[in-house]
Amino acid sequence: MSTTHWKDYTLTGGDAVADGGQPGWYTPALDRKTLKGLMKRSDRPALANYGLWIGLIIALGAVTVATWGSAWGIVWLLVYSAVHQSATARQHELGHGTPFRTRWINEMFFHFSSFITLSEGHYYRWRHARHHTHTIIVGKDPEIQSPRPPEIVSLLINLFNLKTVVLTARDFLRRAAGDLGQGRHFIPEGEQPKVIRAARIYLGLIALIVAACFVTGSLLPLLLTIGPRVIGAPLYALLHFTQHAGLDEDVHDHRLNSRTIYMNPVLRFLYANMNYHVEHHIFPMVPYYRLPELHALIKDQCPEPKHGLVDAYRDIVPTLLRQLKDPSYHLRPALPAAAVAAE
Amino acid sequence: MTTDTKTWIDVCAVDDVEIEDLIEVSHDGNTYAIYRSPDDTFHATDGHCTHEKVSLADGLVMDYVIECPMHNARFDYRTGEVKSAPACVNLKTFEVKREGDRILLAVG
Repeated sequence: MSTTHWKDYTLTGGDAVADGGQPGWYTPALDRKTLKGLMKRSDRPALANYGLWIGLIIALGAVTVATWGSAWGIVWLLVYSAVHQSATARQHELGHGTPFRTRWINEMFFHFSSFITLSEGHYYRWRHARHHTHTIIVGKDPEIQSPRPPEIVSLLINLFNLKTVVLTARDFLRRAAGDLGQGRHFIPEGEQPKVIRAARIYLGLIALIVAACFVTGSLLPLLLTIGPRVIGAPLYALLHFTQHAGLDEDVHDHRLNSRTIYMNPVLRFLYANMNYHVEHHIFPMVPYYRLPELHALIKDQCPEPKHGLVDAYRDIVPTLLRQLKDPSYHLRPALPAAAVAAE
Repeated sequence: MTTDTKTWIDVCAVDDVEIEDLIEVSHDGNTYAIYRSPDDTFHATDGHCTHEKVSLADGLVMDYVIECPMHNARFDYRTGEVKSAPACVNLKTFEVKREGDRILLAVG
């Protein structure tokens, strides 16, 4: 009789892959001077991009308020929330510190984006650093979205971040009380007070938003600030899930555990070019606005990108369904013959 | 009168390092990062980030800061001081001097 082995993905789980220190990841051939040029930051493209984003939020927010009470109010709230939650992709980029050359501008947008996505910045940075060191390594990466076998019901519920929001509320309360949960495995002791203090500030700000709703007798203060974390979630759930879903785990080659997808300019704007995910993981220091150039330079050494979200999900959905019965199954992108897999 | 008792080794030519950039050099099993600042002064630190021992060679130099290529830990390469997480420990620094068109590093 065969038994299905369900892996333990927690950071203290028995399925943690043992490796000594910093793993050696596959790196494509790229002239050092070219790479350094790509890593250079400039405030100008980021200010133009973020200026447009903030402008859209203000304009769409104003239209939502103006039409609130009618059916159009709901429509505009949906549009507003979809644009607002571009913050999830932006927080990620800002967390890397790459969009702006001027540090304080980067940090200002980072903490703003962190709050409106309810993803506290200090904790996020430590967790995400671990994700980049040990990308999709079981028992080491705290950001594995698609464990095997997949948790389909949980994934569907979380299309609207419903599970995430509940867990976030629990985590903020715990952290505010000094319990960092899994964070104690990747946040140095000296940095932990910052996370605890930030959780308390977040809870205070959320209480102010709720109070504003009571004072104004309207849900708008909530709907326009942190409400989009739920209302605007589905687009980003669909985008983020494509980054690694269905691909291999426990391999030190981002071409085998990450996915690049060609997308239209609107989605790339909202998603901060994170569709170039293989490239982002191989060279996380390259700002999002240089990723298309990086892609053009190394695409011959990487698998063929998927052509749009539908194309990606044509791979992902059947893979997840098959993994329900066979958790060992995964996609294996074809690597160019000249670029050998570094497994 | 003071005597220079340090061991100086020739590590590179001045023009091997671009302005606002670094190169990695190795000596006796150790790795060092040699920096050239925007005002054309040279500096040296240990070659690996104190966070997860990643080589700083592919890091980004901006003004007087070196940023680790893996997790963006930032250090002032003149003093080795940590400027931002995830690193918590300062970088070790080393003396360098310029002699003609050569850069010498104190390893002793």
